[in-house]
Amino acid sequence: MNLNFLDFERPIAELEDKIEELRRVGVDTELNLFEEIQRLEHKSKELTRHIFASLTPAQTVQMARHPLRPNFVDYVANIFTDFVELQGDRHFSKGFTIMGGPARLNGVPVMAIGIQKGRSTKEKVERNFGMPKPEDYRKALRLMEMAERFKLPIITLVDTPGAYPGIDAEARNQSEAIARNLFVMSQLKTPIISVITGEGGSGGALAIAVGDRVLMLQYSIYSVISPEGCASILWKNPEKASDAAAAMGVTADRLNQLGLNDKVVQEPLGGAHRDPVKMAETLRNTLYTELTELKKLSLPELLERRYKRLLKHHPVPA
Amino acid sequence: MSWLQKIFPTKVKVEASSKKGVPEGVWSKCEGCKAVLYRVELERNLEVCPKCGHHQRLGGRAYLHAFLDKDQEKIEIGAQIKPVDLLHFRDSKKYKDRLTAAQKATGEIEALIVLKGTVYKMPLVAAAFDFRFIGGSMGAALGERFVLGVETCINERLPFVCFCASGGARMQEGLVSLMQMAKTSAALAKLSAQGLPFISVLMDPTMGGVSASLAMLGDVIIAEPKALIGFAGPRVIEQTVRETLPEGFQRSEFLLEHGAIDMIVDRRELRMTIASLLSKFLGKNEPVVEEVV
Repeated sequence: MNLNFLDFERPIAELEDKIEELRRVGVDTELNLFEEIQRLEHKSKELTRHIFASLTPAQTVQMARHPLRPNFVDYVANIFTDFVELQGDRHFSKGFTIMGGPARLNGVPVMAIGIQKGRSTKEKVERNFGMPKPEDYRKALRLMEMAERFKLPIITLVDTPGAYPGIDAEARNQSEAIARNLFVMSQLKTPIISVITGEGGSGGALAIAVGDRVLMLQYSIYSVISPEGCASILWKNPEKASDAAAAMGVTADRLNQLGLNDKVVQEPLGGAHRDPVKMAETLRNTLYTELTELKKLSLPELLERRYKRLLKHHPVPA
Repeated sequence: MSWLQKIFPTKVKVEASSKKGVPEGVWSKCEGCKAVLYRVELERNLEVCPKCGHHQRLGGRAYLHAFLDKDQEKIEIGAQIKPVDLLHFRDSKKYKDRLTAAQKATGEIEALIVLKGTVYKMPLVAAAFDFRFIGGSMGAALGERFVLGVETCINERLPFVCFCASGGARMQEGLVSLMQMAKTSAALAKLSAQGLPFISVLMDPTMGGVSASLAMLGDVIIAEPKALIGFAGPRVIEQTVRETLPEGFQRSEFLLEHGAIDMIVDRRELRMTIASLLSKFLGKNEPVVEEVV
C-alpha cells in the first residue's frame, strides 16, 4: 500500500491501488477498462470527501504533520516571485531552520519569512526538524526590522513542532529570543500577516506569528503545547494525545470559533499535499486580498488595531 | 478486643497519639541544607534559610507585602478578574476543580497578584506570581491582570516590577494561554515606548511561556539565587538531546554567566536594589534607608 496515506485514509488507498492495478492491466491486455477506472476514480473522490468531512482533531494533527505537506520552499516557489534569500543573525549563525528574504507577491514587494522543516532525511537534520534555535528567531527579527525600514509588508509561514529544546539553545537564551520577537512585532510599523501552514507549535510558532492577521490552513494545527506533551503532563500518559488534542481545541475551525484565528484557508480535497500548486494559488490570492485590505489602514490605525487584537484575549466576565 | 486494649482504655490511647507530634507548622525543614528551622523565624526571613541562604518559595501576596512599604497604602489592581474555563477542559481532573482547589489552598483567585504601592516612598506597580496556584501558570485572567498593571503604569507614569515564578502557559486554557505571551509582551512594549522602566525578578522556577515572554523583557532582569530559569524543562531537553545536562544548567548562576540576566540578588536585599535602580532611572534622589532590614 502507498505509504503516503494515513491510517484513516486506508479505504481511499485501497481504492487507489485498485485503480492503479486496472490501469496496468488495461495497458497489458488492451481491454477497455476506461469506464471502470472512471467509476472508481469518482468513487475515490466521493470517499475522500466523505472521510475528510469529519476528521477528528487527532486526525487533523496527522494531516498537519503529513510528510508530504508543502513546506516553506514549496510555497515560496509557488506563491512569490523573485525571492532573494537573506541569511544569518549577524551574531552567531546562518540560521538553518527559519528562512527569509524579500520577494514579490503579485508584483508587490514583501518580506517572506518561514520555517522550513525539510523533506529528505538529510535536509531534515540540517533544518533541525523545523525546530528553530535562538539564532533563527534573531535572524527573523533582523529581517522584520529591515522590512520595517524599507516599508515591506511581512508575510510569515509557520510550520514547526516548537522551538528547539536543547542545551545550546538554552545557553543562547531561547526564551529571550522568542520574547524579543513578540515585543518588537507588536509595534513593528508595517503590516504583518502570518499563516499557520502545518504545525503551530507553541511559543516557537508564536515567535514569528504576531500579526495583524493570523490565518490557518484548513488542516493545520496551533496549540500551546503538543498534544503528546499535554497528555504526558496532565494525563500522565502520552497515549492520551488524541484526548488532549480534542480538549485543547487545536484545529483551524475550532480556533476560528474561539476567535483565535482570523480566517481558515480551504485546502484542496484530501489536503494541501494532494495539490500543492492549487494550495499555493489559493493562499496567494488570500494573502493578496488580506494585504490589500491592510494597506488601506494608516500606520497609527494599523498599530492601534494590532494592539487591540493582541489584547483581546481576556476572560469573559463570569 | 485484645487483652492489651482492655488494659489501656481507648481514651488513653487517643491522648497518646495526639501527643506524638509537635503542633503543625512550628518547625520547618530547609530544602537546601536540611536544617530544622523555627517557622516564625523563617517567615521573618522571607523564607530564606538563615543557615544556608537557600531561597524557599514565597507566596505572591506575601512577596509583595515584603517588597512594598509596610506603612503605605496598597491598592490591588485587577482583583475582579477571575479565571474562566472557556474550553470546559477536563484531563484527569476538571480544570474547574483544579481552580477551586488552588483558590482554596492559596486564598487567591488567580496566580498573579498586582498591587500599587510604594518602595522607599517611590510609587510603583508590582506584580507577583504565586507558584502554588496551578504552578503559577499563565492563562487569560492572569494576562489581563498583568496588562491592567502595566496600563496603570502607563496612565500614571509609574515603573513596573514583576516577580515571576511559573511553570509556563496554562494548558487548560488551550491556545488562549499561548496568546497571553503576545498580550503581555505587547503591553510591555508600550510601557517601554513610554520610557517607563520594567524590572523583572525571576524566582524558582521561571519556565516556558512566562520565561519566553514577560520575564525576559525586563530593562533589568534580576534572579534569585539558584532559581531554575529556562524555556524548555530539563526533562524535555534530556529526552530530546539524550545527554546528561551539565551541573547547574538553567540555574540563575548559569544564566548570569551566559549573559541572560543582569544580576543575582538575595531576596532580603531586593527592595534596596530595586529602589536604587528605579531612583536613578526616574531621576529621583537616593532612597533613604529608614528601617532595619
